[in-house]
This record gives sequence, structure tokens and C-alpha cells, in this order.
Amino acid sequence: MTERADLKLATPAADTLQVILAGDWTLGGELPGTAEVERTLAAAAPVRTVTFDSRGLGHWDTGLLTFLLHLEQVCTRHRIRLDREGLPPGAKRLLELAAAVPEKKDARPPEGRVSFFDFLGQEVVRFGRAAAELLEFIGEATVAVIRLVRGRARFRRADLSLYMQAAGVQALPIVSLICFLVGLILAFIGAIQLKLFGAQIYVADLVGIAMVRLMAAIMTGIVMAGRTGGAFAAQLGTMQVNQEIDALKTLGICPMEFLVLPRMLALALMMPLLCLYANVMGILGGMVVGVGLLGLGLVPYYTQTVQAVGLWNLGIGLFSGTVFGVIVALAGCMRGMQCGRSAAAVGEAATSAVVTAIVGIIVATAAITVICDVLGI
Amino acid sequence: MTAQDAHITVRDLTMAYGDFVLMRDLNFTIHRGDIFIIMGGSGCGKSTLMTVLVGLKAPARGQVLYGDTDFWGADQETRDRLLRRAGVMYQSGALWSSMTLAENIALPLETYTTLRPARIREVVKLKLALVGLAGFEEFYPAEISGGMQKRAGIARAMALDPEILFFDEPSAGLDPVSARRLDDLILELNESLGTTMVVVTHELASIFAIGTNSVFLDVSRRTMTATGNPRKLLNETKDPVVRQFLTRGEQS
Ligand SMILES: Nc1ncnc2c1ncn2[C@@H]1O[C@H](COP(=O)(O)OP(=O)(O)O)[C@@H](O)[C@H]1O
Ligand SMILES: [Mg+2]
Repeated sequence: MTERADLKLATPAADTLQVILAGDWTLGGELPGTAEVERTLAAAAPVRTVTFDSRGLGHWDTGLLTFLLHLEQVCTRHRIRLDREGLPPGAKRLLELAAAVPEKKDARPPEGRVSFFDFLGQEVVRFGRAAAELLEFIGEATVAVIRLVRGRARFRRADLSLYMQAAGVQALPIVSLICFLVGLILAFIGAIQLKLFGAQIYVADLVGIAMVRLMAAIMTGIVMAGRTGGAFAAQLGTMQVNQEIDALKTLGICPMEFLVLPRMLALALMMPLLCLYANVMGILGGMVVGVGLLGLGLVPYYTQTVQAVGLWNLGIGLFSGTVFGVIVALAGCMRGMQCGRSAAAVGEAATSAVVTAIVGIIVATAAITVICDVLGI
Repeated sequence: MTAQDAHITVRDLTMAYGDFVLMRDLNFTIHRGDIFIIMGGSGCGKSTLMTVLVGLKAPARGQVLYGDTDFWGADQETRDRLLRRAGVMYQSGALWSSMTLAENIALPLETYTTLRPARIREVVKLKLALVGLAGFEEFYPAEISGGMQKRAGIARAMALDPEILFFDEPSAGLDPVSARRLDDLILELNESLGTTMVVVTHELASIFAIGTNSVFLDVSRRTMTATGNPRKLLNETKDPVVRQFLTRGEQS
């Protein structure tokens, strides 16, 4: 049914090249390129005008138009006039429409390969910039906290209770499961070693101190980083994409106070409570092994735990938990606020928030441990 | 293929969100080669009608016929086949934000044609030039203005040379010159490629300049109150609401 697209060239006058179009020029078919015309133009130097004969032309669509657009560029490059007269009227007008707005000239070139040193340099600059952004964000967050203390921060109290619920009660099931199992695992590993010395009862010390001083806070922090930090980043990132944050700024509402502060506050308040709860779950996990597997009594296990775990350990654990909460909230909010304006950027922000929070938690743990060591507590 | 072939026929259509009935008893025909205007006040259900026509939302009652095929009664495969010949531009542009404009337009071409990458690049260049965005191939949607995003959305809708194009408020947010050029583009595509156009708009200038057929949705009566050529409607309609709309409230 469709006729093959065909292209012939003629020279009706010495300085004129006529392009004769025939057949169906549709996108799906096999279309001749501009190569033949270009060759002729290069060979026959005196050509000044290109004209068309489209009497034999059948159906046409975008296929013909792309050919003509390309041909126009070739002609412009050779400084040859292109006479659109012989074209079908529709094609002529569409081409005129396409040429109505001149092409943007300072468009960016497609990204090419970069050399190794180029790459290295860019990465170093990027790292420096990221560090500066981090400091700036922490600074702004601090200013917001100061305004909060002075009672001048503006945010909605309803938001705060909403985030507290999300970061508190709703996190209980997963924190229960993880910390119960961590307590159980610690007790198992400890039991195997301590049994060799007949010192099973010290499983209670091991589990108690490890959970209360360190593990409960770390495990809860990591759970919250994945659960809540990622969610914060996605929320703020989506707001960034929809220009909602811009809308806040133009209204004179500080996004730091309105968005970041309630989230940070919610996590800082809920994390110690979650840690306390996680301590209980961890010790319960240890107790299941101690009582069930090692045959220790319930009461001796309890008294041993209470003796081993001092108030200092509890204090350090809860303090770490609060710090981790702030880190998770800051990482989530910072990545969300830095988010680019696309769907992929939101995904990257969420991923990066979780990674940043976990790295932050580990670094903070190391710092707290060293400080406690120096202070001798 | 005569000009009066029915392309889309809507029969006794009722659209609703849950219990909230938006419009009932819609009956009209979009002929092949029409520039069909869906008009009505803001919030009357124009965009919703378009989503029903392009298969995103099922009607509460009634039929949408593409040619002779009942769209919502057909199986998924038939629907996909019918929709492949349609192009849609959404009210908000709906460009994929993590792809450049070139990639946005190339995606339908890569998916549904066997064209070589070089050809696809040429087609992309042409489509962008047609909407006045030549040279913006490597830009991301977030890096261009709202009006430009809209035009890029039109370029994407045109990528596959569809038989029918749906535009949701194409000229809202465009400067007058670009809006005028867009009208020219709609007329040109319609005339030279025979593309049927369904345009949601309330720009009166544009309605009278391009429309060959239309339907008017009346929000107060929850149904359509007029259909036909807008210029003819202006002269002949007895309905005060339609009259008010078409004269910007100057004669009621
Ligand atoms: N997803 C939805 N759920 C419920 N109601 C909707 C939804 N989308 C739109 N509506 C309602 O349907 C009505 C028509 O909307 P729309 O079709 O977008 O109007 P317009 O004519 O301005 O394009 C509005 O009153 C809106 O409130
Ligand atoms: Mg709408």
C-alpha cells in the first residue's frame, strides 16, 4: 500500500539544485538521508539555490519534516538559499513554525568524558562545599534552637505532636523486636564463654551493661535513621520539588523553624524514652537465655543486673540516645532541604539521609566513648 | 476517511468521584479532523472528562467509543492499542523530572518505534523546534519556566505523530505571542497531518480562532448544555450561561 520514499536530484539551471521527492515519507518507512544531497552540493560548487518538486509525494509526516530540517541546516552551513516553494503547503508552514523561535545558542553541551585529575579536583571541591553546607546547616539549626529557648520560634504545635507520635509510639514494635533479639544474641555469645569458667551469672552483667550503656541507643538510633530519618528527607525533598519550601520562604516563615525544629525536637524528646524501653527489652532478651538456657533463677538474674548497671551507665546511654536522635533528625532534614527538583533527587535524599545518620551515630559513639574514658566514668 | 467520520463518541456518560457526581448524561461526538474544545468554568470537570477519554479514570456510567470500539468495555490489550495512537498533554506538564527534555520526548519513540538513535535525535529536535524550544534538549524540566514546561509537554505528546491529541489548558500561563504560536501549531498539525485535536481551554480568543466543534459543561446543572462550532454557538445559543461564557459575561 505504501510506496517507497524516493529522492532524485536534478539541475534545471546551472546554479539550482532541485530535490524531487516521491513516494510516502513516513517515519516508519525506510527514508533516504541527506548524504546524497550534501555530496552533490560539495561537488557542484556553483549551486546557490535548492528547490523542491513534491508532485510525486504521497503521505508524509514527521519523517519528511526531520529530513527537511536537516537539509535546511546543511544549506545554512554551505550558505545556500533554500526555497520552500515547491513543498506541500502544510510542510512549508510547519517548517516556518519550527524556525519561528531561533535556536538557543548557549545551550549546554552534552556531558563528555572528564579526565581523572578533572574528576579528582571536582570531587575535592564538592567535598569542601559539602562540609561547608553541613556546618552552615548545623549553625542554622542551632540558631533555631536558641530562638526556641527564647520562646520566639514559630512552628505548629500540632506538627510536633504528630512527629512525636510517629517517632515514638509507632516505633515501639520494631524497637521491641530488634532490641529483644540483640539482648538474646549478646546473652548467647556471652554464655558460651562464661560457661567455661562456671561464671554463667555474669551473663546478666554483660547483657545489662552492654545494652544500657551502648547497644540500646545504637540499635534504636539505627532503626530510627532508617525509619524516620529517611521519611523526613523524603517529606522535605518532596516539598522542595513542589516549591512548597519556596512558598514558606516568601511568606517570611523560616523553614528551619517551621519544618526542621519540630522534627528535631520530636526525635530529641522521644529517643531517650525509646532507649529506656529498648533497655528493658534487651534485658528481657538476656533473661530469656539466662533463665531458660543456663538455668539461672529469675530473682538472682534480676539482682545481678541491678547491681551491675549503675546510674552512670544509664545516664550515658540516655544521653547517647538523645544525641543520636538529634543526629538522625539533622541528617534527614539536611538531605531533604538540599534535595534537587526531581523524583530521582528525592530518592537520593532519602538514601543519603540514612547513610549520613548511621555514619554520624558511629562517629558520635566513638567520641562519647573517648570522652567517658578521659573523664573516667 | 471523510471529515465526518466519528473519532470518539461519548454516550450517556456520567463521571463521579465516589458518590460525588460531577457530570451526567454527556452525549457528543468528536469527528476525525475536528479541533474539539472542551469548555466550562474552573472546577466543572473538564480535566476529569479528559482523563475519562484517555483511559485514566473509568466512567460511572455510559460509553466512550473510539471509532466503533467501546473503550471501557474492551480488554486491556485493545485499550493500549487505542491509546498508543493518542497523545496527551497534562495540565501541569507532567514531564519526568529526572530526565532531560530530549529524554522525555525520546522515551515514547524508543519504546514504540524501531528508529535509530540518530533519527530519534532529529525527531526530538524537530518537535522541540515546533513548540519554540529549539536548543533546550539538554535542560531538565526544573530548569525551565512553567510555560516552557507546558510546551515541552506538548512536544512529548506529539512525539509519535498520534492520530488524536489531547491538550489540557495548553495556553494557560503562556505569554500572548507563545499562545498565538501554539494556536497556529494546533491549526497546522490539524490541517497538514489531519490530527484530531481535543483541547481543554477557556481562552476565548483561542476558542474562536481554532475551534471547529465543542462541548460546554455547565457546573450548576451538572451536565452539558451545548455542543457544536463555538462561533455558531455564539450566534445561535439561547442558553444564558453559555452566552455569558462566550461573551465574557458582557451579555447575559
Ligand atoms: N481525585 C479527586 N477526588 C475527588 N474529587 C476530585 C478529584 N479530582 C478533581 N475532583 C473534583 O472534581 C471537580 C472537577 O475537577 P477538574 O476536572 O480538575 O476541573 P477542571 O474543569 O477545572 O479541569 C472539582 O470540583 C474537584 O474538586
Ligand atoms: Mg483542569
